[in-house]
Amino acid sequence: MASTLFRNIQTHPILFYPSVLFRRKNGALYCTMKSSSSSTTQTQTATLEKHQNPRTKVIDKRIKDYEAIIGIETHVQLSTLTKAFCGCPYNYGAQPNTSICPVCMGLPGALPVLNSKVIEFAVKLGLALNCKLSFNSKFDRKQYFYPDLPKGYQISQFDIPIASNGYVDLDLPVEFGGGHRRFGITRVHMEEDAGKLLHSGNGSFSQVDLNRAGVPLLEIVSEPDMRNGIEAAEYAAEIQRVVRYLGISNGNMQEGSLRCDVNVSIRPIGQSEFGTKVEIKNLNSFSSVNRAIDFEISRQVLLHSQGQGNSIVQETRLWEEGAQKTVTMRKKEGLSDYRYFPEPDLPEVILKKEYVDSIQNSLPELPEMKRRRYENMGLSMQDVLFLANDINVAKFFDATIAEGADVKLATNWIMGDIAAYMKNEKVSINDIKLVPRELAELIASIKGGTISGKIGKEILFELIEKGGTVKGLIEEKNLVQIVDHTEIEKMVDKVLSENPNQLEQYRAGKTKIQGYFAGQVMKLSKGKANPGLLNKILQQKLNASS
Amino acid sequence: MLSTLQQPPRSLSRIPLHLKPLRSFFTVASASASQDQSSPPSSQILTLRRALLSRQTTATQLAESYISRLSLTEPHLHSFLHISDTLLRDAQLIDRKIEKGEDVGPLAGVLVGVKDNICTADMPSTGGSRILENYKAPFDATAVRRVKEKDGILIGKTNLDEFGMGSTTEASSFQVTANPWDLSRVPGGSSGGSAAAVSARQCMVSLGSDTGGSVRQPASFCGVVGLKPTYGRVSRFGLMAYASSLDVIGCFGTSVADTGILLHVISGHDRFDATSSNREFPDFLSQFTSINLVESKPLKGLKVGLIRETLEDGVDNGVKSAISGAASHLEELGCTVTEVSLPSFSLGLPAYYILASSESSSNLSRYDGVRYGNQVFAEELNALYNDSRAKGFGPEVQMRILMGTYALSAGYYDAYYKRAQQVRTLIRKSFKDALDDNDILISPVAPSAAYKIGEKKNDPLAMYAGDIMTVNVNLAGLPALVLPCGFVEGGPVGLPVGLQMIGAAFDEAKLLKVGHIFEQTLQGCRFVPPIVADDLAYSQQ
Repeated sequence: MASTLFRNIQTHPILFYPSVLFRRKNGALYCTMKSSSSSTTQTQTATLEKHQNPRTKVIDKRIKDYEAIIGIETHVQLSTLTKAFCGCPYNYGAQPNTSICPVCMGLPGALPVLNSKVIEFAVKLGLALNCKLSFNSKFDRKQYFYPDLPKGYQISQFDIPIASNGYVDLDLPVEFGGGHRRFGITRVHMEEDAGKLLHSGNGSFSQVDLNRAGVPLLEIVSEPDMRNGIEAAEYAAEIQRVVRYLGISNGNMQEGSLRCDVNVSIRPIGQSEFGTKVEIKNLNSFSSVNRAIDFEISRQVLLHSQGQGNSIVQETRLWEEGAQKTVTMRKKEGLSDYRYFPEPDLPEVILKKEYVDSIQNSLPELPEMKRRRYENMGLSMQDVLFLANDINVAKFFDATIAEGADVKLATNWIMGDIAAYMKNEKVSINDIKLVPRELAELIASIKGGTISGKIGKEILFELIEKGGTVKGLIEEKNLVQIVDHTEIEKMVDKVLSENPNQLEQYRAGKTKIQGYFAGQVMKLSKGKANPGLLNKILQQKLNASS
Repeated sequence: MLSTLQQPPRSLSRIPLHLKPLRSFFTVASASASQDQSSPPSSQILTLRRALLSRQTTATQLAESYISRLSLTEPHLHSFLHISDTLLRDAQLIDRKIEKGEDVGPLAGVLVGVKDNICTADMPSTGGSRILENYKAPFDATAVRRVKEKDGILIGKTNLDEFGMGSTTEASSFQVTANPWDLSRVPGGSSGGSAAAVSARQCMVSLGSDTGGSVRQPASFCGVVGLKPTYGRVSRFGLMAYASSLDVIGCFGTSVADTGILLHVISGHDRFDATSSNREFPDFLSQFTSINLVESKPLKGLKVGLIRETLEDGVDNGVKSAISGAASHLEELGCTVTEVSLPSFSLGLPAYYILASSESSSNLSRYDGVRYGNQVFAEELNALYNDSRAKGFGPEVQMRILMGTYALSAGYYDAYYKRAQQVRTLIRKSFKDALDDNDILISPVAPSAAYKIGEKKNDPLAMYAGDIMTVNVNLAGLPALVLPCGFVEGGPVGLPVGLQMIGAAFDEAKLLKVGHIFEQTLQGCRFVPPIVADDLAYSQQ
C-alpha cells in the first residue's frame, strides 16, 4: 500500500525534478563526495605504496620527537532495500531526484517510519565491534540548515548511541612491518544520509539531488588510538572488511558507501595534553587516508618545531589528491550548536535480549576470527592477510578447503595464478568461472599424478574463463598423464633413434643435452608423459649402451 | 434542574444579516425530525444516511443546498480558504452508487470541512501560511483518505492560525474568521475555521487539529462539539507538524454522535505514522442506542472530578456558573461530582509553551524555500533562507520559532526543554492519579467565551493564558470532549460556553457516551447561531 501511494506520488513532475537554484559564496557549498561514474565493486585493499615526500624526509628527524593522535569517524551506508524512514530504494548513480518521496523530501505532513533492518544492521555491527549495546536508545534531531538536508534536521542519535565502548583487532600488512593492533571504538550510532549538491560548471549555481537523502548510515567513531597513516588506513580497511563480512554495506569508498573523516593532532612525546585537532575530509581511498594523515602530521610537526604551533588551528582541511596535500576548507567559528532534542516522531528503540542473542548467534565468522584460524592452519601472515582481506576470496578459499584440498596448495593457486588472472583482467573472484570444487579437484589430480602440474596450469585458465569440470577437460582433451613404463620407453626409443647425431654428442660427454631429449619425448607425448618417469627411463637408456 | 444554565436571550436582535431563506435547506432534517428550539441535537450524519438510503434526498441536492448557504454566509464568516471544485461531482458519484444499490460508507454524502494544515491532494494545503501559498500536497493525509474511503465528501479547507499557532484564527496569513454567534468576535483557534463552519452549518462535520486546545477552545467559542482524541488514536500523517509530541487531529460536529462517527472513521493504526496506536476503538454507537433516556439516572455511579484549579481567579463568572450548572446537570443524571485538585496544573502553561515552541522551531525548519513554497530570490544561500522565511512566516510563528530555538540552545536546554519534560511527567502522573479515582474529569475550556476580534492580538501573554484549561490535556496525551453547555451574555443572542470532559487514555467511548446523554438531556439550549437560525427554522416548517 505504502509503495503504491508513494509511487503514484513520484509521477508528479513538478515536485520531482526541482531545479532549485541558488548561488554559492566563497565556495562554501562544498560537497564532500566526489562524484564518480565508476561503479566497480572491486575490493579496495589498502594498497599503500610507501611514498617519498621530500618534505617528509627533511623533517623525519623532528617527527621522532612528536607523537600523532588520530581518531576516525566513519560513515557506512547500509545496503538495506529501502531508505531508513521511507519506502524509497537507493541506487547509486540513478538519475537525480528519481528515488524520492514525500518523506525523504521533507514535504509538509510527512512522517518518518523506521526501517527495522537499520536496527538489525546496527546491532550486527555493534556486536562485531565488541561494543556494549544500549537496550534503550532513541533517535534525536540534529538541526542545521543546508539545501541537501530537506527537513532542516538530520535524524540521528545523540546522547544514547545504540552501541558504544568496543574495539577492533587487526594485523598490519607485513610490508609495513606487520604487528597486531587493537583500536578502541567510542560509539556506533544510526542516522540518515543527506542529499547531494550538484554544482554547476562555472560555480554560479547549485542543484539539489535528494536520491541519497534518508539512506541509512551507521557512524562509527574510533578512540584516538591511531598513531600514523598506515594504522589509520588499516583501521578503515578493517571497518570495510567487517561491514562486508556482515553483509550490511558494500563498503565502497568511491561511491561514498564508506566515508572517513579523520582528526589529527600532534604533541611532543611526553606531553599528556592533546594538541589542536584538525579534521581532514575528502578521503576517497585508504591510500589517501594514509597519505593525507602523514602529510598532515609533517605539516603540524614542521609548524610546531618552528615555534609556530599557534598557527595550527581547529579547522576542517581538504585532501587534494592531485597536489598531495591538505588545504584549509573552513575554519571553525566556535562550536556549532545543533540543538539536539529527542525525535518526537519515532518511538524509542528498545532491544530485547532474545533479539540480540539471535543476531549474535547468526553472526558470520569475522575477519579477525578468520585470520586467527588461517594462522592456526599454518599459513604465513602474508597468506593470511591476502586470503582474509576479501570476503569473497576467503569464502572461495574456505570452500576449496572444505572440498578436501591441501591448504598450502590451495593458497598457492589462489595467491598465484588465480590472483594474477584477477589482477590482469580486473575482475573479482566472483566473476571467474572456476568454482572451489574444481580447484580442489585440480589440486587432487596433480597431487594424485593424473595430470602434470604444467597441464594443471593450462586447465586452470580454461576453467577460469570457460568453466567446466577438471574431469571433463582431462577426458575431452585426453590429458591423462602417461605413467605406463613401456609406453614411455617406446617414445624414448623413438626419439633416440631419430636423433643419432645428438645421441653421439651426448655419449661423447655433452650430457647437458639430456634436456633436449626430454623435451622431444614430452613433445611426442603431447606433454602427458610423467616427467619423473620419463627422466628416469631416458637416463637409463642414454647411459645403458655406453 | 437547569436553572443555573443561561438560556440564549431570545429577545435580542436575531441576526445582523438579511438572509434570504432558501427552500432547499435542510429538507433532510425536516423530513425526519421536528426540531423545536429546545429539542436535543440529533445526528446529521445518521439522518442524512436514512434519507439517502430511503431515496428521500440525494447527495447532490444536499451539496447544492450547502453551496447556496456557503455563498450567503461565507462573505461574513471567512471560514474557508479553499472550496472544493469537485463537490457536485463527488456528490453525484455517491448518488450513482446508491442508485446502483452499491454499499456506501458511513459518511456517504457527508460534507466534511478540513483544516488547511491537513494535506489534501485535490485542493491546496497552505497551513494558513504565506510560505505555503498555493502549495498543493501530492497526497491525502491518512485521516482525509479514510474520510474519502468511507464516502465522505470534502467541501473545502478551513482557515486557521498559521500552522496552528494561535487561539483566535487572527494569525492566519490570509483572512480573519468571524464567530457565527457574533461577527465581531473571534471563533477561537487555531481550528477557528473548522469550528465556525460547523457552527454555521457550512459543513456537517469537520477535521481540526489540537496541539494545546485548538479543537476544544473554538468548539466552546462557536457552540459546537469538539473532540480531541488520545495522542496516537488518529494518524498524524499528512498533518503539518507544529509540535509533534502534542499534535492530534480532532473532530467537530453539531452532535456528540456525529463527532464520534467521524472519529471512528479516521482513527486506527497507520503504517505511515510510527506514533499511531493500534488500540481498537469500540463501537460506541451501539451504546448510544441502548441508553434508556426515560431512566432518571442514566449515569448512576459515574464518578466525575471537577478540576478545582480551573475555577480559580481569572475565570469569568458566566463561565463558572455555566460549568457549575453543567456539574449540577451531571448530578441530576446520577453522577457523583467532587472537586479534585491537580497540583501541577499551573505548571502546564509554561511547560507547554516551551515544548511546543521547541518542537515547532524544529518542525518548521523544512520551510526554507528550497524545495517548495514561496522562495525569495537571493544572491547567496543564507540570504535565500533568511528572506524566504522572513517573508513567508507571520509574526506569531516567527516568535515561537525564536523562543523554541532559544530553549533548545546549548546551555539552555537543561533549564528549559528538559525541565519542561519533567513537568510533563508530573502532569501525566497527576492526571493518572485523578483518573484512577474518577471516571472523567470536567472543567471549563477557556476562562471566557469568545472575545472581540483584535482584543488580545497585541497581548500574546493574555492570549497564551487563555490556553491554561486545555494544554495540560495535550501534555498528558489524554482524550477530551467539549460540548456546549450554556450561554453567557454577549453578542446579539448570547455566547455559547463549552464543557470539557477529560477521560483516561483511549477511553473516548466513555466520553462520547457521557457526552451524548448530557447533550440529549440538556433542556432549553439550542446551539444554532443566529446567522443560520432563520434558514434552519424555515426549512423545518
